[in-house]
Amino acid sequence: MTATVGPLIEEFALGLDAPICLTWELTYACNLACVHCLSSSGRRDPRELSTAECKAVIDELERMQVFYVNIGGGEPTVRADFWELLDYATEHHVGVKFSTNGVKITPEVAARLAASDYVDVQISLDGATEEVNDAVRGSGSYDTALRAMRNLRDVGFGQFKISVVMTRHNVGQLDEFKAIADSFGAQLRITRLRPSGRGADVWDELHPTADQQRELYDWLLAHGEDVLTGDSFFHLAGYGDSLPGLNLCGAGRVVCLIDPVGDVYACPFAIHDQVLAGNVRAPGGFASVWRDSELFTDLRRPQSGGACTSCSAFDACRGGCMAAKFFTGLPLDGPDPECVKGHGAAALAAVDAAAAPRPSLDHSHRGRPVPVTIGRRPDRACDENPLAGLQLS
Amino acid sequence: MSTEAGGVVGFDFDSGWRLHPQVSVRPERFGALLYHFGTRRLSFVKTPMLLRVVQLLDTQRSARTACVAAGVEVAQLPAYRRALATLAASSMICERAA
Repeated sequence: MTATVGPLIEEFALGLDAPICLTWELTYACNLACVHCLSSSGRRDPRELSTAECKAVIDELERMQVFYVNIGGGEPTVRADFWELLDYATEHHVGVKFSTNGVKITPEVAARLAASDYVDVQISLDGATEEVNDAVRGSGSYDTALRAMRNLRDVGFGQFKISVVMTRHNVGQLDEFKAIADSFGAQLRITRLRPSGRGADVWDELHPTADQQRELYDWLLAHGEDVLTGDSFFHLAGYGDSLPGLNLCGAGRVVCLIDPVGDVYACPFAIHDQVLAGNVRAPGGFASVWRDSELFTDLRRPQSGGACTSCSAFDACRGGCMAAKFFTGLPLDGPDPECVKGHGAAALAAVDAAAAPRPSLDHSHRGRPVPVTIGRRPDRACDENPLAGLQLS
Repeated sequence: MSTEAGGVVGFDFDSGWRLHPQVSVRPERFGALLYHFGTRRLSFVKTPMLLRVVQLLDTQRSARTACVAAGVEVAQLPAYRRALATLAASSMICERAA
């Protein structure tokens, strides 16, 4: 009952009958236009699930005993029925963690959120200073986030999360982020920048340098217990000591993504036709997609490590992140683009960047030019690998 | 993370225990997944036998008798005691009021 993680990881790798948690993007609408938005959000999609359809999905999740959903977007709170859906989910024993830029977290809303045991809130913040944050997330977004944090603190919400996407400009601010979280009684959560959505456009200039990756890894080793990572840095395990978490890509096995129009994707970070498994509106609903889709069935077969198999670090990193490879044009059975052994850099040099897959959907605001100095939407929810924080009993 | 054996100290095998009211149990091939809505932590129960023990806790006088009722062999009791202590340490199970 203790130890022997191995066989259980294999169980997870072969997939479960229901996801442990899933990411659900409720809308592509967003008041911001973050430059690295994973879902290229901005404008609402007219095909988005209706309130009734969302409730039907929640009913299914309850039947499947999905413990919680990570709700994101877009900015989920701009949906007029967001609070109604939040209540519906928790009444139906589906816990909710939602990611927000804070725009709707007024004192009244904060008080309401504080009253529920089944709701967790993540405020996105990508700079410990206004300058660094607003360059990525847009003018005024730092103030909005801080106001939301003050409101949550003032009503005694407890330990909400401050969610940071690590970039070249904020790795050096880790201690400051931690201090901000501590000052609010919040928990810091840091996740990896992915070349997904609009993130593909800025990845080259924003992803941490090799030296910064090492800095990040050392910082995590020193602060790991207090800081959540959603298990998103498992590619760094190749440095030697493994970081907390199970270091497993859960795509289609223990996690997945439902997008605003009901499409189900294997990975929360890859909205692309090639990893589209089905739609919740189809007969059989979400459960049928999860259990029977060809794509998920395929992902649950033993995977080949390809070019990575012979590497001494393979058991630690397992080849890294599928989405990071996919959107940088690397083969899925090869090294991660940020491989700590440097194999990713070499592989990247060999691929034609222009031929890398582009996101299948783009809901970016029209006519709002992408700022030269960076500026767009929040990171979304299920960066949190559900296996992070797992305890062995 | 892995909490290995530790935590037996302070765990009373002969008291009455129960699943924490904020914990949800999902049976799986290997045993079960547990999710605590208060601490927002996930745990897993690695064997179907341990799941049976957990499910019997509330109906039995003590954790020890729950193990016996579930069919745990005497030689295995220390291992199950450790497993239950681990669950107690993370508040997945809690002591019943006497």
